[in-house]
Amino acid sequence: MGLRTPLYSEHERLGARIVPFGGWDMPLHYGSQIEEHHAVRRAAGMFDVSHMRPVDIEGPDALPFLRHLLANDAAKLTAPGKALYACMLNPQGGVIDDLILYFRGPERYRAVVNAGTAEKDIAWMQSQAEGRQVEIRSRDDLAMIAVQGPDARARAEPLLPEGLRASAMQVGPFFAAEDTHWFVGRTGYTGEDGFEIMLPSEDAATLWRALVAADVRPCGLGARDTLRLEAGMNLYGQDMDETVGPLDAGLGWTIAWQPEERDFIGREALAARRDHPDRRDFVGLLLTGRGVLRSHQNVLAQGRPVGEVTSGGFSPTLERSIAFARVAPGTPADCAVDIRGKPVSARIVKPPFVRNGRILVDL
Amino acid sequence: MSDVPADLRYTKSHEWIRDNGDGTVTVGITDHAQEALGDIVFVEIPDQGRDVDAEEACAVVESVKAASDIYAPLAGEVIESNDLLNDSPESINNSPYDEGWIFRLAPNDMTALSGLLDAAAYQQVVEDET
Repeated sequence: MGLRTPLYSEHERLGARIVPFGGWDMPLHYGSQIEEHHAVRRAAGMFDVSHMRPVDIEGPDALPFLRHLLANDAAKLTAPGKALYACMLNPQGGVIDDLILYFRGPERYRAVVNAGTAEKDIAWMQSQAEGRQVEIRSRDDLAMIAVQGPDARARAEPLLPEGLRASAMQVGPFFAAEDTHWFVGRTGYTGEDGFEIMLPSEDAATLWRALVAADVRPCGLGARDTLRLEAGMNLYGQDMDETVGPLDAGLGWTIAWQPEERDFIGREALAARRDHPDRRDFVGLLLTGRGVLRSHQNVLAQGRPVGEVTSGGFSPTLERSIAFARVAPGTPADCAVDIRGKPVSARIVKPPFVRNGRILVDL
Repeated sequence: MSDVPADLRYTKSHEWIRDNGDGTVTVGITDHAQEALGDIVFVEIPDQGRDVDAEEACAVVESVKAASDIYAPLAGEVIESNDLLNDSPESINNSPYDEGWIFRLAPNDMTALSGLLDAAAYQQVVEDET
């Protein structure tokens, strides 16, 4: 048996299909993954993401510590509530984890890290913080519900604490608002507008039930994966990991090279990787033939393997199979993928595939 | 509780087999299997005329999440595949024992059919898994 979030019994009550994920027992879907996917694109859906871990990073050295720890530059965060997406690298330039960092005020930050890597991440942070005036606190006392979709914010608003409603509704994309106990980020992992709500674990079931009553559809990890793939968002462990760094995973935009004197972990290795002949392009793939793209399938050009699918699946919005792949630079747009020994035609496209309900690639 | 019709035969790998009474059988995947796979989005059906061995992978059912091989329950020749699944793979979810059939087989030895699981034995397989 895996770990259980404070919402586990709600999932059981709703008849969820439970699967092991990153050490946790989590809902895969509540009947139909495809219908849940469409609910998020067209109206509003919600995800129990309490398995992800908020980590508070506070103290006089918090900023210099984060500027050393992350490949993106925490000094960009000057407005209270602002969020930043960043990779935490090892000295070899591989990704220990990708995370969202929120600025809460001078010397106060909150990172949200992946479920399966949380313990490793916190141990790494602690080891790097040694000798600095910074406190790293894992917030296992918080639950987290992501409410996503074009109607998500409107449906969630009346359910937020009264004192937080107005400020939560005013925050811009990639900003957060908070009161003493709740923290509401206008962030997400689906390519739609919405909130990620962190709140005390003991309040989670009440909010979840109120959201169900407000016609926000419970969605499982299955829909979360197809939504994020359509939205062009990377998945840790598939698209990047400790051996595959941001430059090979389409995350070059998250590396803050300036200012040059900022010495962050992995900088030297990344600089060497920039012009390395082995470096691969990270691209989107649209399957034009029949079948479904899956991770580890070979991408072919003129019948020869030139790369590999990292994340693939069926896109309910496009009704086609889509994927991310790592390919040799110069791979022609019209290529093929080896699906169980047969070459199936595909086309290289630029992610995202879908954003705010709209299809962004030519079919 | 998933549906396990009493008049069919089954395999441990979750195929069902219907005796058509004319020396052929029809093969599909069980209600339990389709439920476990979730939304089915693509089916690779076997070519007509293909000779298969018992337990040979001869079709693929892809759900949103994963691809699963479908095995021939008996050795024989594929005499027909369900073309409907090319356009409506979700028939397997909606109607696993009827519209969602996958292929028809002319077994080399029809008597081998009695060696497959009956409904009670298959029910036990499902219960042991869950």
